[in-house]
Amino acid sequence: MDLKTPVLELIRKASSDLPPDVEQSLKLAQAGEEKNTPAWNVFSTILENVQMARKQSTPICQDTGSLVFYIDYPEGGLEREYKKAVSAAVVEATNLQYLRPNAVDPVTAKNSGNNLGVNAPYFHFNQWDKKDIRIRLMLKGGGSENVSTQYKLPHSSLGAGRDLIGVRKLVIDAVRNAQGLGCAPGVIGVGIGGTRDISYTLAKEQLFRKIGQRSESGELAQLEIKLYEDLNKLGIGPMGFGGKTTALEVFIGSQHRHPATFYVSISYMCWAFRRKTLHIINGEVSYDD
Amino acid sequence: MIKLKTPISEEEIRKLRVGDTVLLSGTVVTARDQAHKLMIEEKPDFVRDDLRESVIYHCGPVVRKDDKGEWHFVSAGPTTSAREEPYQAEVIKEYQVRGVIGKGGMGARTAEGLKNYGAVYFHAVGGAGTLIANAVKKVKTVYKLDEFGTPEAFWVIQVEDFPLVVTMDAHGGSLHKEIMEKSSKIADELIHQI
Repeated sequence: MDLKTPVLELIRKASSDLPPDVEQSLKLAQAGEEKNTPAWNVFSTILENVQMARKQSTPICQDTGSLVFYIDYPEGGLEREYKKAVSAAVVEATNLQYLRPNAVDPVTAKNSGNNLGVNAPYFHFNQWDKKDIRIRLMLKGGGSENVSTQYKLPHSSLGAGRDLIGVRKLVIDAVRNAQGLGCAPGVIGVGIGGTRDISYTLAKEQLFRKIGQRSESGELAQLEIKLYEDLNKLGIGPMGFGGKTTALEVFIGSQHRHPATFYVSISYMCWAFRRKTLHIINGEVSYDD
Repeated sequence: MIKLKTPISEEEIRKLRVGDTVLLSGTVVTARDQAHKLMIEEKPDFVRDDLRESVIYHCGPVVRKDDKGEWHFVSAGPTTSAREEPYQAEVIKEYQVRGVIGKGGMGARTAEGLKNYGAVYFHAVGGAGTLIANAVKKVKTVYKLDEFGTPEAFWVIQVEDFPLVVTMDAHGGSLHKEIMEKSSKIADELIHQI
């Protein structure tokens, strides 16, 4: 079947159509700010922009990010075929200005111009037992990626030990350090455990959850709620202008670690939280946030 | 709401204070990492006239070329300004720039430059790409497009009622410094309590 056309539509939607759960949380955040303050005005601009982008089919943000694809595919599928179709859709999406050319060779400083390059886009493949195809896409902006960070526990200057209280301290520190630079209010993905690389991956994968979707682990769900309260006491506010909303949501995941290591990774997602999913079930194409 | 139009005089810019909301019209030049490096290392003359008493915009836009070969801005919000901190004050001095638009604010060196040479830092709403592109009425010209690529080129644009907030003024005021200090104190208290 033709995969390029539905993937092109997936990219268009991801870039121009903010998920409704995110839009709703931005509206709630505005309602919590005092009218006509800089924070309140920022939310007005954000919400107006979200509607305009959806109507015009133009990128919500000009930084259309790094493209991260998660592809679940049935037995008999070939990764190279998926890569080929998705890459063709990415090139066309760039020509149609759904995407900005964002793939730069770090050695020559040359922008490839079409978003293709070494590990660009980045693919995570998973062959599953189902007959369906699921393609999830995240557009991860550079500004918010730059304030994402990794710690290891224990951390003496923060007085953080190797437990969930220690994790809580690190996340507060990371969001304090980010200030408005990751386009606050942010959605905070946290990965606990694993090796350094997988720790970051786990943090980012949390961002496929919907606003309000708590962790299945009771302890982590508790920590998510506590951290959401902590972070919104900081007063950083939208764009770092000061205000009551610094974080829209906190999502935490954990995985086993080596006895000697204890990594905590924080993936900061800007308010322009762009993720979309494409489903192909019995040849029927549908989209989800 | 203060309406400003380029060219902007030093007197006008020194009247602005942290927290003022501004609608900017006139000529603005986009410049980010490679552009700032070039302006310091080679001091090119081709942007001199466009920048004098005008405004730099830290932005890497999404653009479209129409059938007649004219460029249009499709999405054009601000990029993080902190990366230009090593260059900004000197660029303001060299090119007599009256304002810098970006996001996230800038550091002490830039704050000093704003004070010394009469300029301000305007904050645009990060992520508001489509809305800001709609305030760009015309692309006048572009420099270094082939060499730097779309996001990094110098785009000389005509804007109308570009919504901005002054977050660093020409008197040493910085909203970013203030929020950093306040939030850091709260963070330290929280970290010690739990």
